[in-house]
Amino acid sequence: MEKVRHEQLGLCGQTVLEMYEKMLLARKLDERMWLLNRSGKIPFVISCQGHEGAQIGASFALDRTKDYVLPYYRDLGVVLSFGMTAKEVMLAAFGKAEDPNSGGRQMPNHFGQKKNRIVTGSSPVTTQVPHAAGFALAAKMKNKDFVTFVTFGEGSSNQGDFHEGLNFAGVHKLPVIFMCENNQYAISVPLSKQLACQRVSDRAAGYGMPGVTVDGSDPLEVYRVVKEARERAASGEGPTLIEVLTSRFTPHSSDDDDNYRDPDEVKRARERDPLLVFGHYLRRTGILDDVREKELQEKITAIVDEATDYAESAPYADPEDSLKYVYKE
Amino acid sequence: MAVISYIDAVTAALHEEMERDENVFVLGEDVGIKGGVFKATKGLYERFGEDRVIDTPLTESAIAGVAIGAAMYGLRPVAEMQFADFILPAVNQIIAEAARIRYRSNNDWSCPLVIRAPYGGGVHGGLYHSQSVEAIFANQPGLKIVMPSTPYDVKGLLKAAIRDDDPVLFFEHKRAYRLIKGEVPDDDYVLPIGKADLKRDGDDITVITYGLCVHYALNAAEKLEKEGISACVLDLRTVYPLDHEAIIEVATKTGKVLLITEDNKEGSVISEVAALIAEHCLFDLDAPIMRLAAPDVPAMPFAPPLENFFMVNEEKVEKAMRELAEF
Repeated sequence: MEKVRHEQLGLCGQTVLEMYEKMLLARKLDERMWLLNRSGKIPFVISCQGHEGAQIGASFALDRTKDYVLPYYRDLGVVLSFGMTAKEVMLAAFGKAEDPNSGGRQMPNHFGQKKNRIVTGSSPVTTQVPHAAGFALAAKMKNKDFVTFVTFGEGSSNQGDFHEGLNFAGVHKLPVIFMCENNQYAISVPLSKQLACQRVSDRAAGYGMPGVTVDGSDPLEVYRVVKEARERAASGEGPTLIEVLTSRFTPHSSDDDDNYRDPDEVKRARERDPLLVFGHYLRRTGILDDVREKELQEKITAIVDEATDYAESAPYADPEDSLKYVYKE
Repeated sequence: MAVISYIDAVTAALHEEMERDENVFVLGEDVGIKGGVFKATKGLYERFGEDRVIDTPLTESAIAGVAIGAAMYGLRPVAEMQFADFILPAVNQIIAEAARIRYRSNNDWSCPLVIRAPYGGGVHGGLYHSQSVEAIFANQPGLKIVMPSTPYDVKGLLKAAIRDDDPVLFFEHKRAYRLIKGEVPDDDYVLPIGKADLKRDGDDITVITYGLCVHYALNAAEKLEKEGISACVLDLRTVYPLDHEAIIEVATKTGKVLLITEDNKEGSVISEVAALIAEHCLFDLDAPIMRLAAPDVPAMPFAPPLENFFMVNEEKVEKAMRELAEF
């Protein structure tokens, strides 16, 4: 039965391989950014490592030609799936002029790229949740068939904007999907000190929408629930709250020492690394083998190398350009 | 030209812009069936329906945040905060989001949003229904803050705000809503945001102010004229960004400047006007810059004698103008 799991979901072998490739690209880019940070070449990294299965599984369940996404800072896998290139990610990491997110104005992983419908974000967490409701309200008002997808961490599910945004979307039955990437820690604060309820998805009940919890190490399972949520949204049934259980394999950011958790905890979590889980599935179903894997690794390493070299040697914006675009010019 | 009230000018501007552009919509608490607690959105629900005149939950941060999302998509939301005092839960959305969207995305995204809010005292509103909140936002590049004084300015500036491609805070003086009436053309016109307006020309002293205080200054100027004191009154209209050129010009003209705000004195909008004049006009001044404002207490008290003590009024303005003229 398992052999056809992706087929049951309507995915062909080529698509699941593409999903794996995106996951691998996100991981390799992220790992490279840590190397660049530790060698003093870029000032900051904040990671997707451990979340790739959730991010790519979800992204592939959306319509990547018309849906809008409002990613949070870990969502490298989402933006790569929505058309941002490795080179563009690296340009942001180095803060260079050509960075399409912000022209080097924002810290890395503050994603935004209008042509790919990746909505600009900020650092204060959860502000994007009401924005997503606003995009969804626009879809409803203008009778457009796109769906809005917004992500955040479980820490964000304590912010007022989470509750205000979900309530607004619930009241107006808006075509929006709220996805929480629950990696169990808000920097150092564990889930037990963050939530008075057991699951983030329990909170959906208060806002009149279904709440679903799903294993983030299984991209196909994430794909399935996001696909269902998209169908609900597109058919006028309103929003869904999805909680994806993940682990973060790195410290919170390059400035965090990770001193608040047992290293064994991360080691155990890595046994359920979404890349391993999905890689095994693809091997069992005969889609991936050693030769393919090697080809993919080489291809991605070349992409990451090229992106790094390009971004490193690309120019910064002129300092005086800091004065531009305060208002429309 | 019809004579209409300040609040009717708000309603007329909203109505005309919603007729003109189907991307314009309003949202806020009680703006729908009720037509707003002050009736600023009266008749819009009946004309445009619940899809474009949206009664929201009690949720200021989401009113701003949802409007920001819709604006980034390309709609033209006009959000209402029921009282300016209640805008505080939305400050993060306004300052960290709306004001920075164009800048932080290097011009990729924009946020053509208007947030309207009634502000100001003299209505027995106590601490939380009387405040002036403009100073909170008046050092946030990316925002524009409009505070009109007359029905004519209200209509022309609100229409301009709705057509503006950047976020505009539009603060309406709630005491002016029914107190102030004036001639307003029926036809379509817009006034420039960022431009002050010389409401009265004069030679001896200059008053620079905005909102309801413009009327106090104009009435006082009329009285003082009979005593041989000739006063200029400059209405800032847009308090952020300030119209530097107009301020410098009128300050230089008379060399005696009185700055008035209904807000607390410290760190107010007129503090920046004072700094600007000090920077550019020092050798043209014939008297120290004078400021008339509310005392530096947290907000306006409720009981009438206390409220009167707090508020700038015509008598206080007249006294200050005479004092400056006699310097």
